[in-house]
Amino acid sequence: MTDAEAHAQHAGLAHQFEDLDQQQDADALGIWLFLVTEIMFFGGLFASYAIYRWLYFPAFQGGSHILDIRLGAANTIILLGSSLTMVLSVRSAQVGNRRALILFLVATMILGGIFLGVKAYEYNQKFVEHVVPSLDWAPEGQTLARLAPGGLEHAQMYFVFYFAMTGLHAIHMIIGMGLLLWLVFRARKNDFTPHYFAPVEVVGLYWHFVDIVWIFLFPLLYLIGGRY
Amino acid sequence: MSQPIVPQKTYVMVFLGLIGLTILTTGVAFIDLGPFNTVAALAIAFSKMLLVVLFFMGVRHSSGLVRIILVAGFFWLALLIAFTMSDYRTRSWTPAPDSWSSSAPPTHP
Repeated sequence: MTDAEAHAQHAGLAHQFEDLDQQQDADALGIWLFLVTEIMFFGGLFASYAIYRWLYFPAFQGGSHILDIRLGAANTIILLGSSLTMVLSVRSAQVGNRRALILFLVATMILGGIFLGVKAYEYNQKFVEHVVPSLDWAPEGQTLARLAPGGLEHAQMYFVFYFAMTGLHAIHMIIGMGLLLWLVFRARKNDFTPHYFAPVEVVGLYWHFVDIVWIFLFPLLYLIGGRY
Repeated sequence: MSQPIVPQKTYVMVFLGLIGLTILTTGVAFIDLGPFNTVAALAIAFSKMLLVVLFFMGVRHSSGLVRIILVAGFFWLALLIAFTMSDYRTRSWTPAPDSWSSSAPPTHP
């Protein structure tokens, strides 16, 4: 097949590529490079979290015990479920099942929406309990009262990390849901074929990355020092 | 190189494994293992990440180039955390000269 024939045959093939395989390799490489920059982006937060957790361990433990472990675990399972529906939508695109593709994309968006809803409820709880650093910081309960002098300020640092890390994660989720909506529209226009579904695959990789960030955030924020 | 079509059952099994590990990590948090609580939590999180990366993200079937990029990314992250921590952990080993004390870095409480 000549170049011109290949391009005439596949609407999704951009002119700078020789064939679909080459294009797919380039797409995969591009999103992986982007994800590596994302690893370093979140990595800065994880590294500073590690330092402060080591310096202020009792305060971090106290702060962690204020979070609702059931909500955290439930949200983890919801997000893992959304990763399953995401990978199934990529598979549906691979086998050319448009109905299933749209169905799984919508399911992924719904699960992502539930996750963000739970997250919003948790954020609201932080205001109710007055554990929002700087904006509304007046913790009442016993959990933080046991801390040594100065511990309250240190616990504030824990909540700075809590909001910065889960907030950055939530922003990524919101962007991901926008991308999913775009995929649903394109799938409805019949843009994807078993030969060309790179956008679905690329958004899928991004979505799984965001899931992995949460896989680490859950034990690091909710499970510090155990609950026994 | 096009990706092979993986049976749905594989994805469902991986998902069930991930759920199992989530329940495990939550359960372990209620058992007193001392410092090993953190070790267990991170080891379980790392296994979950491997499952997602290898199966959901399809690195099992991806090219060597993608794998090298991924490993390089984690290597750089490890450098970032290792060097930052080794700095903070060793700062108190040698006291700073008096003339520096106004800008003394935080030390371990």
